[in-house]
Amino acid sequence: MQARRGQWVQIHKIILDGGNRAPSVPQDTAELPFEMRLKGFLQEESADCGEVVTVKTATGRLVQGTLEGILPKHTHDFGEHICELFEAGDELSAWLAGGSGNE
Amino acid sequence: MSEQTYESIMSRKSDIVSASVGIDYSKYETEGIGFDYEGLMRENGYAIEDVISLQRETGVGNTPLVELKNITRLVKKLSESGKGARIFLKDEATNPSGSFKDRRASVSVARAKELGYKGVIAATSGNYGAAVASQAMKRGLKCIVIQECYDSVGRGQPEILEKARACEAYGAEVIQLTVGPELFYYFLVLLEETGYFNASLYTPFAIAGIESLGNEIAQQSRQYIGREPDYVLVTHAGGGNLTGTARGMLKTGSSETKFIAVSVDLSGLHMASDRDFNRKSFTTGHTGFGIPFAVFPDRSDVPRNSARPLRYMDRYLLVKQGEVFYVTEMLARLEGLQRGPAGNTSLTAAIALARELPEDNIVLVQETEYTGAGKLPSAQLTFAMNNGVRVIRGNPMTEDIPGNTIAIPEDPGQIAYEEIDLQRLRVSYIKELLKRGMTPSDRDLTFLSEELRVDHKYTVSLIQEVINANSETR
Repeated sequence: MQARRGQWVQIHKIILDGGNRAPSVPQDTAELPFEMRLKGFLQEESADCGEVVTVKTATGRLVQGTLEGILPKHTHDFGEHICELFEAGDELSAWLAGGSGNE
Repeated sequence: MSEQTYESIMSRKSDIVSASVGIDYSKYETEGIGFDYEGLMRENGYAIEDVISLQRETGVGNTPLVELKNITRLVKKLSESGKGARIFLKDEATNPSGSFKDRRASVSVARAKELGYKGVIAATSGNYGAAVASQAMKRGLKCIVIQECYDSVGRGQPEILEKARACEAYGAEVIQLTVGPELFYYFLVLLEETGYFNASLYTPFAIAGIESLGNEIAQQSRQYIGREPDYVLVTHAGGGNLTGTARGMLKTGSSETKFIAVSVDLSGLHMASDRDFNRKSFTTGHTGFGIPFAVFPDRSDVPRNSARPLRYMDRYLLVKQGEVFYVTEMLARLEGLQRGPAGNTSLTAAIALARELPEDNIVLVQETEYTGAGKLPSAQLTFAMNNGVRVIRGNPMTEDIPGNTIAIPEDPGQIAYEEIDLQRLRVSYIKELLKRGMTPSDRDLTFLSEELRVDHKYTVSLIQEVINANSETR
């Protein structure tokens, strides 16, 4: 899919390269780049993912980065059914209902 | 435009920050290592009445105080005869953006507007971002929120992703960064570029905003319970919640209440480690912030932190991740309140503490937060399992290991806490000063005894103890 001018997109940008990180970071982080993700309206006529583009953010700033998402959606959710948690909840409900020694 | 390399931006840190909060912090510096804390608060904060009136304008505060009668009944059943204190909860989730952070944001944003800034920036991965965004929109200011959100393979912490969604919903620009303290560097870059106001969590305004919570607790307790709480439990991270609540209660005449900080135990996980980042199930209210900010508050994004928790803390208790998930479930099942993780951290300790206290004692948990996608225990536990963390039923005190195993209690009798000796924190406070080349002397004794809440003589002995220990290790 190709993004068109004015579409809501997500860009990615390396802020600091691996090896150029703050002196205080632990080894596993120090080797990695410091990355940014940001959303805004595409300023180019059209672009494909992987191309360097400019977006206009919600505050009106113009920021350059690599296009990585078109009309990005929120993907976080309520999670799976967790048996251990559900079981615990059920025990508590049973207590409230007067079972298992609720005086 | 000025140079934006890491070194050049960090070298301009104090100028950028001073311009971004409209406070000349140097005015409050005193000779030696101390500063005039009360002077800073008095001249830059707001009187409680003004805070309340500002908050009324944007619908913040005046949240319900709820007695958790079923949980109290369960606690009594688990306790020896005559024990089992009454537990109350301040339902802060009913604030506009769903947490007590609206109180902090409301005053910061009002101040930014008053000073003529066009926008505000907040560096936060938590509820504070949504709060600043919500308040900024109400006052017609632009808003940028900067989060630490992803690990190096682009896996976002679900709770932080949810905060990003909330900020965007209010019309804010959200900048999502990978793990690392360089967030502060990029925060400075943006402050310089935009000239926006630094809506720091740690300014006198932000702390003044929480004082209304302490005020409400005192007033509502008198009205509905007939007296003030014996203990107020505060989920503790950066220290502002405890500081502001305690100051508000003290200003409202509650001098007998004890303030107990509570954090989730995340010992062993490094906060700036890319690997550890997504092996924790709590994004705040944990020891990774709670201990460092207690023992060196001035690590914050302003020159002098107005959150100084050791000045107000009577005890510091730690709970396990698995316990907090269990108590979150308990709050829903027994009290019909589905709330987010933050307040449930202090609720967990409140349940364990209430068992030890006489039944006429009052224990008050001073916050709740909203919940939903990303924030629910099911979302966090799913994420934990996907990152290699084991989830079991078991005794949290012996089986819950941060980053490795989350133990959901097998029964409510397993809800317990671990106490951190405040003496240990006071020693660490002195160590942190020495580590930074700030050697305390006689002229610093008054400041330090206020910071550590001990007398001069005791302060001298603490300093001596640390200096002796340091010379032994050399």
